[in-house]
Amino acid sequence: MAKLKQDKSHEMGLHEEQLKGRTQQRFFSIDESENLTYFHSFDVDTSKSATIDALDMTPREINREIRALMEKGIGNITVDNPMSRHGVGVGILNRLNLTFSDSLGYFGCGLIDGPNVHIKGRVGWSCAENMMAGTVVIDGNAGSTFGAAIRGGDLVCKGSVGARTGIDQKGGTIIVGGKTGAFSGFMMQRGRMIILGDAGMNLGDSMYDGTIYVGGEVEDLGVDCVPGEMTELDIRYLTEKLGNYGMKAPNGVEKMQKYVSGKTLWNYDNLEPNEKKLIL
Amino acid sequence: MCGIAGIIHKNAGKDVNIGEQMTAMLQALKHRGPDSTGYAMYGEDNGNHVVRFKVAEAADLEGSFDIHSAIEDRIAAVNTRMEDLGAKIVKKESATEYSHRYEIQFSGDMKKLADFVEDIEGVEILSIGNSLELIKDLGDAAEVSEQYGLNDFNGTHGIGHTRMATESDVDIRSAHPYWAYPFSDVSVVHNGQLTNYWTNRRALELKGHRFSSNCDSELIAVYIADRMNQGSDLETAMKDSVEYLDGVFTYLVATRDQLGMAKDVMAAKPMVVYEGDDMIALASEEVAIRTLFDHRIETFDPYHGEVKVWQN
Repeated sequence: MAKLKQDKSHEMGLHEEQLKGRTQQRFFSIDESENLTYFHSFDVDTSKSATIDALDMTPREINREIRALMEKGIGNITVDNPMSRHGVGVGILNRLNLTFSDSLGYFGCGLIDGPNVHIKGRVGWSCAENMMAGTVVIDGNAGSTFGAAIRGGDLVCKGSVGARTGIDQKGGTIIVGGKTGAFSGFMMQRGRMIILGDAGMNLGDSMYDGTIYVGGEVEDLGVDCVPGEMTELDIRYLTEKLGNYGMKAPNGVEKMQKYVSGKTLWNYDNLEPNEKKLIL
Repeated sequence: MCGIAGIIHKNAGKDVNIGEQMTAMLQALKHRGPDSTGYAMYGEDNGNHVVRFKVAEAADLEGSFDIHSAIEDRIAAVNTRMEDLGAKIVKKESATEYSHRYEIQFSGDMKKLADFVEDIEGVEILSIGNSLELIKDLGDAAEVSEQYGLNDFNGTHGIGHTRMATESDVDIRSAHPYWAYPFSDVSVVHNGQLTNYWTNRRALELKGHRFSSNCDSELIAVYIADRMNQGSDLETAMKDSVEYLDGVFTYLVATRDQLGMAKDVMAAKPMVVYEGDDMIALASEEVAIRTLFDHRIETFDPYHGEVKVWQN
């Protein structure tokens, strides 16, 4: 029998004898500098400012220009004429004051961790999707799936937003000055949502956890979303949080209604192991 | 994922260059679907009926040896059949070998004329109207507008579509807009998928309606046509359609003097509306509307199940 060529796959560690060790985890080395810094995050100085005119730039060029300025240590960036383009201002992982003087398209400021963004126009669908930390303030309206799956930070829209606001929200705060559409807080898992205007149908449908505060009328509640009791702490929280962004509940924060998960769908742990087997 | 756009001017008369405006909007939506582009635009009514029809698919020209003589035969048959029913052909134009535009004078039964002409193999009527010009072909907005000379088209309102073929083939037959056969001047563009298409199509076919393609969007045009045939107005028909149609959709309808939009109850498909004093512009994305302005604009997203109709 011909001898198999072994060397390459052995080098790649694909064979049992190398995988048998205590763990496959690579251990931290103090000598490799990337182990001590956050990938693609830059040390910026907020006293330095720069402006980008994005009139004839593609989204990729705008994002590269923002990165190039951050590499130079500029901490105050203004983008003029973003022209409602999609995917602009994404993937910023450090502190930065970023201002857009006009509207953004879809997926604006997605995947960010740290910057303070001010958008002076509106945003399209999926703004600040998967945000980890920082603040995003929008002066105009917003499209659907606003703040989808955010984990932290404050996402503020002073106008009205579309459907499925905060779908899959896992943390952070979403504040809406106007109305929201259908299925807001769908499958929400943690965090808070503050809606000062009306909410569309199926509010908080299948929410696992988290809190929704509504200032206006609710068209109807989704499955397993129930009214909660406003406490002293809620009122203090709302007053201070809204105060940070110069916003006010139309009838006062005391009149706002709180909604939480009824937890009646939380039955996945109540089954006996052999019942579980039957279902799975 | 298709792109749709619409525009209506309220006080400007009939001399606004909507051809150029629609092309700019549709070109900005090219990333939502590059397969085909279609326009339905409303301009001057000179008293004649405008008939737009095609005698072959664009792809047919390459596949067959005798297609050119077949096309000539079909055109001759269209001419004879129109004249047989008493239609007087005033003007003949053609942008390509397969797509033609006739201006006719005709006072008889429009459905009969349409059926008789479409009975010829390979012939499909794209639209009949007094002010409607319905153009659709493969390629992006820049190519189609260049081919058909649309950039100097003046009118009051129009709707358009860039298509990503998901439910049926890439051909002109399945391209939007759809004319609401046999009603002159009614057209539809749609972005989405209809899940009760076959059930409803069978029911409408039993009533005697015609479907020229397998594209689910055609159902909207035929349904609106059916409802208007029963005497309901556009807004009522559109409100009922939100219940009647199952699936995810946003669609636009245009008639001689109206432009309407409807959104499904899940609000699953996008639409952005700009409402100015003189003009209303709608598109799947704001990036399209923004091409018409050199300053910041206020726009909003309509909510689930919302129906809006604007009058010219």
